[in-house]
Amino acid sequence: MMPKLNVSNSVAALLCAALVLLPVYSAVTGNIFILTLFTRIVIYALAAASLNLIMGYGGMMSFGHAAYLGVGGYAVGILAAEGIGSGFIQWPVALAVSALFALVIGALSLRTRGVYFIMITLAFAQMAYYVTSGLSRYGGDDGLTVYKRSDFAGLINLSNRSQFYYLCLACLFGGLYLIWRIVNSRFGLVVQGVRSNEQRMQAIGFHANRYRLVCFVIAGTICGLAGALLANNTDFVSPAVMYWTRSGDLMVMVILGGMGSLFGPVIGAIVYLLLEELLSQVTEYSGLILGPVLLLIVVFARGGIMGLLGRMSRA
Amino acid sequence: MYLVVEQLLNGLQFGLLLFLLAAGLTLVFGIMDFVNLAHGSLYMMGAYFAATFVAWTGSFVLGALLALGATLLLGIALEYVALRHLYGRDHLDQVLATFGLILFFNDAVRLIWGPAGLALPLPVWLTVPVEIIPGVFYPAYRLMIIAVALAVAALLYLVVMRTRVGMLIRAGASNREMIGALGINIKLLFTLVFGLGAALAGLAGLMQAPILTVQIGMGENILILAFVIIVIGGIGSIRGAFMAAIFVGVIDTMGRAFLPDLLRKVLSGAAASTAAPALSSMLIYLLMAIILVVRPEGLFPAAKR
Repeated sequence: MMPKLNVSNSVAALLCAALVLLPVYSAVTGNIFILTLFTRIVIYALAAASLNLIMGYGGMMSFGHAAYLGVGGYAVGILAAEGIGSGFIQWPVALAVSALFALVIGALSLRTRGVYFIMITLAFAQMAYYVTSGLSRYGGDDGLTVYKRSDFAGLINLSNRSQFYYLCLACLFGGLYLIWRIVNSRFGLVVQGVRSNEQRMQAIGFHANRYRLVCFVIAGTICGLAGALLANNTDFVSPAVMYWTRSGDLMVMVILGGMGSLFGPVIGAIVYLLLEELLSQVTEYSGLILGPVLLLIVVFARGGIMGLLGRMSRA
Repeated sequence: MYLVVEQLLNGLQFGLLLFLLAAGLTLVFGIMDFVNLAHGSLYMMGAYFAATFVAWTGSFVLGALLALGATLLLGIALEYVALRHLYGRDHLDQVLATFGLILFFNDAVRLIWGPAGLALPLPVWLTVPVEIIPGVFYPAYRLMIIAVALAVAALLYLVVMRTRVGMLIRAGASNREMIGALGINIKLLFTLVFGLGAALAGLAGLMQAPILTVQIGMGENILILAFVIIVIGGIGSIRGAFMAAIFVGVIDTMGRAFLPDLLRKVLSGAAASTAAPALSSMLIYLLMAIILVVRPEGLFPAAKR
């Protein structure tokens, strides 16, 4: 499938090029801050992209997606605290635990629909939040400091800023490629079919919930990877990363960028986090502007930024 | 034994408070099909208004009444300016927009009242313990919360079930287009219901304020509890919200009070003291998950549309 040349695809391509060249810019200008900022943005973009897979393509409005950020992060943090520093062990464990967590949550949550689904995913994330708050051995409420980043036996050094950035970017591009392949596969088409008309898909003979569940688990696993990256980025993981407002942030990124478009969540993450950062430099009270901006975007720009770009290319 | 009675009353008081919050949420949700995450912000505003007006007037009751009016007006203004453009939109759009409002209100409060929390002192006549049954004393203020909330619940029941406005509210909940077609000014009705919900949230906030501190973000945790309640109770059902609120209030309070001791009997001391706080905090969410898995529509679903 060859992508068409239009405004939204050109913007996405330019964006990818800019993300790839960013460390060069940072090295030339000596602006280290922009690199650390964008490392965080890239990680959140990966998390948002995974949420988009279930929300945009699967029609599953999960309000507890930040839980996997925490699960992946805590897997890395706890293993590091127990003296297992190798990334070859930490990361597969982080992915496996996230997948398992998503499997359990998905299997129970997918019995419900609509707002009830939103609320039950939220409830599970809150449970995860309180469980980690109670882990007094691993910092409890105060969180857990990761003293040493994951060790990849000299293959890549995570403490080097640009190497870590490129690792995150590779994960993002890998994740997006995976999602793109999933969405255009037979499996992905079934999932999208279930979103549009569950009964019809059932009637044709697809076991709708099984497809949904697999999709849910894949998204949770990708977000777990983002969690492992995040723990390495901040050298710290705390229950706050799973709090419901963080899940809300992820949802905002997806909707802001454009739900159900491959690059939408990436653009959403960049715009949302940049806006937050810029506003916090201008004023102490960034929410006073950010809040109404979100409201206006919802009222006037349906389909998010990608939807806006799509309308521009048709006009 | 006295401890059990006291904790039961605490649970009842907390549950009734949650009901005030959940009633507004479920009305707005049931009638306008609108998910309002900013409901917790109205709760917070109620508390801040009360702290300000009580300090300003010097009278608790007068300050509380003024705060109630202010939250009502704020709710109506909010509905009129922003939220009415979001009816009929996707739930997700509403979540995003009202999430934006939370950010707005948190920073607005920080700008106006500063980042430090406020205290709302009680008048002396409300701080004395009352002997409810021989030998058992209970704080007068908490008793007052129970009385006020019960009165409001009864009033709400009367308004919704026995008046013309209540009839329109119920009609709106079962079929919005139809009552619009029958010549009812549905926009005005929505604004009124939203204002009513805001006032109820404000009342919950200002009554809770003297027990906890008035601080930014106070509405966020309790908002989720209110959502849990309307989901357990069945969305759109006030009766369901009432039952579920008391249920949640009592279970949460009793869990926090007695779960540590119970666990200590089963587990070793160290394991119990780590597990107990986490377990008692998540008890409610566990309960909701179980209820939704068993009965995906809630315990008392409102009549089918």
